[in-house]
Amino acid sequence: MVEKQYTISASEGLHARPTSLLVGSLAPFSSDISLIYNDKTVNMKSILGVMALGVASGATITVRAEGEDENEAIAKIDEVMKSEGLAN
Amino acid sequence: MEQRIKGIAASGGIAIAKAFRLEHPDLQTEKATVADTEAETARLDRAIDASREDLKAIRERTSEQLSESEADIFSAHLLVLDDPELIGPVKEKIRSEQVNAEHALKQTADGFVALFESMDNEYMKERAADVRDVTKRILAHLLGVTLQSPSMIREQTVIIAEDLTPSDTVQLNPEYVRGFVTDIGGRTSHSAILARTLEIPAVVGSRSAMAQIKNGATVIVDGTSGEVIVSPSDDTLKSYEEKQAAFAEEQTRLTRLVNEPTLSKDGHRVELAGNIGSPADVAKVLENGGEGIGLFRTEFLYMGRDQFPTEDEQFEAYKSVLEQMEGRPTIVRTLDIGGDKELPYLDLPDEANPFLGIRAIRLCLQEEDMFRVQLRALLRASVHGHLKIMFPMIATLDEFRRAKTVFLDEKEKLEQSGVPVSDKIELGMMVEIPSAALMADQFAKEVDFFSIGTNDLIQYTMAADRMNEQLSYLYQPFSPAVLRLIKMVIDAAHREGKHAGMCGEMAGDEAAIPVLLGMGLDEFSMSASSILKARAKIAGLSKAKMEAKIDHILSLSSGEEVRSYIEQSL
Repeated sequence: MVEKQYTISASEGLHARPTSLLVGSLAPFSSDISLIYNDKTVNMKSILGVMALGVASGATITVRAEGEDENEAIAKIDEVMKSEGLAN
Repeated sequence: MEQRIKGIAASGGIAIAKAFRLEHPDLQTEKATVADTEAETARLDRAIDASREDLKAIRERTSEQLSESEADIFSAHLLVLDDPELIGPVKEKIRSEQVNAEHALKQTADGFVALFESMDNEYMKERAADVRDVTKRILAHLLGVTLQSPSMIREQTVIIAEDLTPSDTVQLNPEYVRGFVTDIGGRTSHSAILARTLEIPAVVGSRSAMAQIKNGATVIVDGTSGEVIVSPSDDTLKSYEEKQAAFAEEQTRLTRLVNEPTLSKDGHRVELAGNIGSPADVAKVLENGGEGIGLFRTEFLYMGRDQFPTEDEQFEAYKSVLEQMEGRPTIVRTLDIGGDKELPYLDLPDEANPFLGIRAIRLCLQEEDMFRVQLRALLRASVHGHLKIMFPMIATLDEFRRAKTVFLDEKEKLEQSGVPVSDKIELGMMVEIPSAALMADQFAKEVDFFSIGTNDLIQYTMAADRMNEQLSYLYQPFSPAVLRLIKMVIDAAHREGKHAGMCGEMAGDEAAIPVLLGMGLDEFSMSASSILKARAKIAGLSKAKMEAKIDHILSLSSGEEVRSYIEQSL
């Protein structure tokens, strides 16, 4: 299991279009990937689940991957978070 | 029999073609018990697969015919279609409750729609529409009915619909769809905005088009007047064909001017700029040949929310506008709020005369912390383009100096902490209070530019509320009193080698342009859709000739006299 924390810096939080790109980029991974915010855990491959959390700008979130390609999954999240300006 | 229907003019021009009724099939579902739940989930999977094929095809066509960003909506739909949190629970429901796929899907999707619609965020509300759109598509496949798709239309048509969903509108191919009429919607609804982008004539909010127009009937859509004519007589048809040709000719003539400089007949150059309210408006200004932004109203950043926008949020908005303008002059007006425009999170006392009260720069100088945040965001964004800042509602030299001091203070602080800031930021002011116009000679020594805000200048000069219809005889842009003030401001600017612009509605008024040109106005800022018409107007005018008439115009005794003199002398 791999975990990593992010502080969301995008002014719109995890609401806008970049979030779709983030979620969309995880489909190829076989690992279970979850996003934890305010003690709530959702499947990070679910756009509806992630959106419904309503993560605002400045919030701290944890992402967790568990499975064969967990390291690659976290690396992908890292890459998209930065390239889309969601977190630094 | 010719029939006429009146609606809201949503997108200009005239379309004449056969009606194509876009009807959404009945997707009512009923709960049923299924014995073989494995077969039922397999049926659901097939419907999802078929929907995926549809969406991929539509996305591809949309990106070819429109743009990548219009196609994004279908990428979002695909993501929803494959969402494990949507499809997982549906399958679970089929298995545990032994119900049909239609019912399980509808129930699960409705839960998400309700959740997203209850959220106080525009982006999330759109996601509710996505879920609804995707659900419809899967349901149609489950029920074996065909969803009409506007992208399948292969003949010249006018679409008649109750309303167009976002996924309908992005599929409209202007090659075949000549126009559309909807029963509901307003000028700012999604479909109306898209019609203007695609430049297809449209009438919305017609209320009865679906009830009155049959498939295949000949329909004339006059998107300029909001009129729809069904089964026109030969005479009507002929007159509209002429109108259509004239409109097309005018459009071609105007489109040719997009990349042309703005020159009068005798070669005098002026600048035509656009007024915007948000970064999204810049594209429209550039498409219409705007040479700059003459007024960026920053209020949108502050309104419709429950707390102040952060410095970073503002910085992103200013940077976006400056980058899109690629070095063209961009005038940002600092916050103009107070009076009748209130912010829920800023507790302002009620005033007896809000328009004469604590608003705009008066408020900013009182709430200096708020003002400083905006100035810092602007300063940081300044390296991304050609930034000009102006302060609204300046009445005295002291106010301008105080605002400038705060600005310079923030600039110095940022520079000291190593933040890059442009050295070429120009500082100007709105001239909208008569006292500022009367003292323009002194202001001109201290400001970098003036921008005349005619809406307020007229209101304050005539002491007449511009919203009061009974006082409309006083609210006269052509009043010699107003024109004299404008002339004073322009002359004062030119004596000091400064630039005089105008960003009120008057700047885009074709009747006023000859006078303003004659008085020597340097920059005219207006709504994007007026720019090309103004450019064509100016091209037909001689600046020298108009200039020679100004003394006489200013000696006339009423607005009516000025108006009729201009009309006669052109």
